[in-house]
Amino acid sequence: MTHWIIAPILIPALAGLLLLLEVRERQRLRRVTGLLSCIALIPVALVLWQQAAQGDVGVYQLGNWQAPFGIVLVLDKLSALMLLLTAVLALPALLYGCAGDDRRGPNFHSLFQFQLMGINGAFLTGDLFNLFVFFEVLLIASYGLALHGRGPERVKAGLHYVVLNLAGSALFLIALGLIYGTTGTLNMADFAVKAQALEGSDQILLTVAVLLLWVVFGLKAALFPLYFWLPATYANATAPVAALFAIMTKVGIYAILRMQALAFSDGPLAGLGSDLLWWLALVTLGLAAIGALAAQRLGGLVAYLVVMSVGTLVAALSLGDPETVGPALYYLIHSTLICGALFLLCDLLRRSRGDSDDRLESGPPLAHGNWLGAAFFAAAVAVVGLPPLSGFVGKVALLQAVPSAPYWALLLLGGLAGLMGLSRAGSTLFWRVHGEVVGKTLGKRRVFAMLALLLMSPALTLAAEPLLQLCAGVADQLADQTIYIRAVLGGAS
Amino acid sequence: MELLVALIIGVLVATGVYLCLRARTFSVVLGLTLLGYGVNVFLFSMGGLKINQVAVVGASADPTDPLTQALVLTAIVIGFAMTAFLVVLALRSQGEQHSDHVDGQDGEQRS
Repeated sequence: MTHWIIAPILIPALAGLLLLLEVRERQRLRRVTGLLSCIALIPVALVLWQQAAQGDVGVYQLGNWQAPFGIVLVLDKLSALMLLLTAVLALPALLYGCAGDDRRGPNFHSLFQFQLMGINGAFLTGDLFNLFVFFEVLLIASYGLALHGRGPERVKAGLHYVVLNLAGSALFLIALGLIYGTTGTLNMADFAVKAQALEGSDQILLTVAVLLLWVVFGLKAALFPLYFWLPATYANATAPVAALFAIMTKVGIYAILRMQALAFSDGPLAGLGSDLLWWLALVTLGLAAIGALAAQRLGGLVAYLVVMSVGTLVAALSLGDPETVGPALYYLIHSTLICGALFLLCDLLRRSRGDSDDRLESGPPLAHGNWLGAAFFAAAVAVVGLPPLSGFVGKVALLQAVPSAPYWALLLLGGLAGLMGLSRAGSTLFWRVHGEVVGKTLGKRRVFAMLALLLMSPALTLAAEPLLQLCAGVADQLADQTIYIRAVLGGAS
Repeated sequence: MELLVALIIGVLVATGVYLCLRARTFSVVLGLTLLGYGVNVFLFSMGGLKINQVAVVGASADPTDPLTQALVLTAIVIGFAMTAFLVVLALRSQGEQHSDHVDGQDGEQRS
């Protein structure tokens, strides 16, 4: 049973390798392989959740090396929840890709699987250097995916994205070097123990390392002033890729949350940089609202909504209070799935508008205007946080948990800005129309994949109470870092 | 010894950062490569600087740290792959946009 923990890394890795071997012309075979791997990830994630929900922290020692010396994979409730979220998002995204977007480049399917491997690995690993390696795996796959389908805009955005992330990787390595140099360990649990005992100049060096880590995770999470790459990259990526990227910013948020809960909840380094994160997150929230109002294209608007959700989440998580972590996790699930749905919907609209693409200007009438309009309306209501859909539940829970005037003001004004941006986009796309219908048929698979993600929002609303309790359970386990440390290091600590 | 290594890291990182901030893709690629070298040397030195010692416990009185060597090896492999990818991307960017400016066009030409 213990071997299940490594399955979310092995399944996409093997599928990705298999896809490289398969003949390029046999597109159907590649699609089936990719989809099978994505389908398999869901029951595996469910099994792992079952294991984690019992409250124990599962530890998988690679090569059976003892914990602080070898690399470990650690499965607690937070990891299991993130794995499940990834699996649920990946299947509709890949299904959408199988409707034709995968033909626009040779290695879409294997890159998709490697990206999943990197994301799952980052959620599971209990070793800081291993976290770096999985970040690189998911990044190099994402470079390929971001460029999937060609086009000058995409290459330009892709170049910025790659250069920024390479600089980020360099900073990550410097931070890891400092951590190893001062504490002599890279195991997260061991680091959490040893960081408490440091004094003098070592403690100052470690402070530098941790702040560097925040910069790196902030870059991945797209936090001000490091979010400028996101709107261009996401808006120009192919739809299924953009939908999968909705989880990528959450990898950065997960890393911040994990490190904060494990090593910086008490002791001499408690709350290190959290004030900074709080204010930066609030600025992110405000600027993303302005960006959403100023967006010229629907893709750009949705990308700014992703940035807005990042600001909302990091601000709440920076408080380090278990009471806020639960609602924040609920909001994280909601925003990931709905932003994914919006990217797919944006692509469906783009397909029906011919040359007007997704620019917010008067264009041809839509072939399935009523259906698409209803879906757009539902998605807008959900993402902005109006009742009755899941965004509302998430935002109310967050507002209750974070009693702070600037947070309330920015979250509500940000919601208003998002609402205005989406209303403007919706009325332009659906009502300011002229000329003939130019739209191609949408394709059943595409509509089905988009609806599968969109319908998560009512599902999240209906299951709000048990889900919020479940997220509170995750937060409780996270608050008591001794469980994690004892599970990884055994009786040694 | 420490001073020399520190100076090497400093010069590598400083030139790397300077080149990264240039407007041409070639300088940026070169800058990231130098930055990567600087970081690798830094990572290597984090296990402590020892001369002429093997990384095997028992084979030497004061063995060097083998872990940083493993870390640097991983970092070199990843950095090399990323640089190769970046070179291809920069070439493609130049091919598609007919300019090696990082924004696809020159600031002077635009204004």
